Amino acid sequence: MGAPETALAQNPVDQIRRAIAQWMAEHLTGEFAALRHRGGPGDEGADPALRKRWEREMAAGGWTCVGWPEAYGGRGLSIDAQVAFHEEYARAGGPGRMGHIGEGLIGPTLIRYGSDAQKARFLPGIVEGRTFWAQGYSEPNAGSDLANVQTRCWQCDDGSWRLSGQKIWTSLAHESDWIFVLARSEPGSKGRHGLSFLLLPLDQPGVTIRPIRQISGEAEFNEVFFDEAVAEADGLVGEPGKGWEVAMGLLEIERGVSTLGQQMHFAHELGLVVEVARRNGADRDPAFRARLARAWGGLRVMRYNALRMLSGGDDLKLGREALIYKYHWSNWHRDLGKLAMDALGPEADTPSEDPAVRRLQQVFFFSRADTIYAGSNEIQLNLIAERGLGLPREPRG
Amino acid sequence: MNLGLSEDERMIADAAADLLGQRSDSAAVRNCIEGEHGSDTALWQQIASELGWCAVGIDEAADGMGMGAMAQALLFEQTGAHLLCAPFFSTVALGANLLTHCGSESSRQAMLPAVADGGLSLSAPLPSTPDWRTAAEQVEARSAGDDWRLDGQVDRVPDAAYVDAWLVFARCDAQGDIGLFRVDAKAAGATVTMHPGWDATRCFGSLRLDDVAAERLDEGLTLQGLSQATAYARLYLAAEALGGAQRCLELTTAYVMERKQFGRAVGSFQAVKHRCAQMMVAVEALRSGVYGVARLSEQGAAIEHLAAECAAVRLQADEAFFFCAQEAIQLHGGVGFTWEYDPHLYFKRAQAARHWLGAPEALAEETADYVLNEVAA
Ligand SMILES: Cc1cc2nc3c(=O)[nH]c(=O)nc-3n(C[C@H](O)[C@H](O)[C@H](O)COP(=O)(O)OP(=O)(O)OC[C@H]3O[C@@H](n4cnc5c(N)ncnc54)[C@H](O)[C@@H]3O)c2cc1C
Repeated sequence: MGAPETALAQNPVDQIRRAIAQWMAEHLTGEFAALRHRGGPGDEGADPALRKRWEREMAAGGWTCVGWPEAYGGRGLSIDAQVAFHEEYARAGGPGRMGHIGEGLIGPTLIRYGSDAQKARFLPGIVEGRTFWAQGYSEPNAGSDLANVQTRCWQCDDGSWRLSGQKIWTSLAHESDWIFVLARSEPGSKGRHGLSFLLLPLDQPGVTIRPIRQISGEAEFNEVFFDEAVAEADGLVGEPGKGWEVAMGLLEIERGVSTLGQQMHFAHELGLVVEVARRNGADRDPAFRARLARAWGGLRVMRYNALRMLSGGDDLKLGREALIYKYHWSNWHRDLGKLAMDALGPEADTPSEDPAVRRLQQVFFFSRADTIYAGSNEIQLNLIAERGLGLPREPRG
Repeated sequence: MNLGLSEDERMIADAAADLLGQRSDSAAVRNCIEGEHGSDTALWQQIASELGWCAVGIDEAADGMGMGAMAQALLFEQTGAHLLCAPFFSTVALGANLLTHCGSESSRQAMLPAVADGGLSLSAPLPSTPDWRTAAEQVEARSAGDDWRLDGQVDRVPDAAYVDAWLVFARCDAQGDIGLFRVDAKAAGATVTMHPGWDATRCFGSLRLDDVAAERLDEGLTLQGLSQATAYARLYLAAEALGGAQRCLELTTAYVMERKQFGRAVGSFQAVKHRCAQMMVAVEALRSGVYGVARLSEQGAAIEHLAAECAAVRLQADEAFFFCAQEAIQLHGGVGFTWEYDPHLYFKRAQAARHWLGAPEALAEETADYVLNEVAA
């Protein structure tokens, strides 16, 4: 702040900030204009076909996988530059990314744990916005206790793998081409031992996908059944029986930088709440005003919390601020959803055609999931107490 | 914006933590609050005169160290954690702060160097309203040539009996406005009465002024200057609360690890673990808030924005500190209810500090006003 223009122009973070802002202004237009602020959490149903085309548009502009090393088709951006990218993308109303699981989860996992052949085969499809991925971890009896997965896999003589069992809550499986799964390769093994990490295409006879209707009425996630489904020999990531390591590495990535752009979305949502309140007079109610003040303060704290995380350099280690980050934002978001509904009053009670109101209704419903997936509130508190405060560990199966 | 600490900032914070850990431990604090004098004079001498803590935030032009709000906040975090019984907050967060933002150039030049070298301790009233000028309600100023004379009553002056001079707001009859005045503690006609509070770690007093000589410090109070002083005072209160909340968490974590029931440490029960984890969430979120706003202020944010951020972080601090103090008592069980254990000291401070320069409702209202007027959708 306060730096002269010329210094700013030389700053690479600022260069990225300007470049993406300009690119968005030029490209989130025409048929894509309809996607502005769409497709976020709770709105995954918004025109998936068009959003996949948008991924290819992004790819053509060189704006996918910006944090990946250049050797793998990324831009090798620093953390600060990535944050700037995410902020400007969100500020421009960039739609929810269909490619998020590929770009944010499996891609980085392959970069870290995959073979050269796997990198060469799978990374380009992600960078180019052609291949879409689903995450097959949770099972009916393996949720918080992920190590309890029971889906079985075994290797055939030709080296290929077969998989039988069931995954559940699989987001966007019905829109995805590939899935990565955690499955038990050592019969009779227990817990985190004897698991393998496999990649397989969803479009095959051994795979059945059944949508599950969510609280909002939409079906963003699915049950995925495997009946001797096939994964090629090359579909195994890491060593057989060592899949847990890969899966945990991935969860660390999940808590990384991609969650930072979300604050811009949150700011947008808070702005919508303010608009509603101004329109219907809730802005004159002292109780509402007090809640709004706290919501705004909480959002500022979230930003400072992220900046603290980033000040550790490019190493997003699990510092104290990183430990509380998920618990803080997810509960904040849930409260925002409630505040939005209360501000709407009776207007909240019926599905709205007004995009802004609809968005707030989605926030109200979808934010209930924020404190369940990616480590529920209770699991987060366990982690904070154990890793942050050194309190005794929970019994583990 | 970088929220990491510079080497200097880290050094200051670590040195303060070390010193206060030794010199302002539970025994020392209790000695002070149960003794004759509610302020630790020797410790104050050391931090003000030898270690130069008061100089940290004062401009280099006024012989200070010219460090920013972050370094200042880090010090307050430590004094809050260790319940320092000395007029540090009064001198720096009230006195020097008001002087810096509301005083004239000449009064700043005259007084700040003395504050910086530890030779001048200050205090000022800490009203429960968001507008500092309400402290002028019962004080009248008359000009007498170049000098002023004050009459009336000033309430809620922290450390009133332990400082060299007070900064007092007063109504100036002739002009009909409000001014900021310096009154020396030894001035004829000034009487101090200290009022024991539940929070004995910060004693308040009231001043009776009968035709007391005073020096006017401002050249007309501006809203801008007052907002700035209020914003920083709130930020530093929040920093103190951060230290207090952090300390409650440490005391509690240590206790639940050591205390056994049902054959195991009570800290192994999930209900207890989760409460501790929630305390940590509150503490770290507050740390992010305090450090973030401190850095923001160093970058010269617009005053309207800074004021809203400081109101919001003060509000957050109240809630976080009270929550942690309350949980500390609860998770200590019976001993948490005793005089002997420390949680009550923090509990009392958390409650006592709640309304200074605005109760939570007022802070929320100020913040909301900014958000509804300034934040574009
Ligand atoms: C919208 C959404 C999308 C999802 N997408 C995916 C996806 O794409 N891929 C995927 O693999 N999974 C996905 N999930 C699944 C998600 O990861 C699981 O729901 C989550 O791990 C919780 O598991 P569970 O549902 O079995 O709940 P359970 O683990 O059965 O939890 C039930 C309750 O018990 C509590 N609990 C559990 N264990 C403990 C403990 N040790 N201590 C205290 N409390 C405990 C939980 O906090 C919760 O309140 C998604 C979930 C949602 C809601």
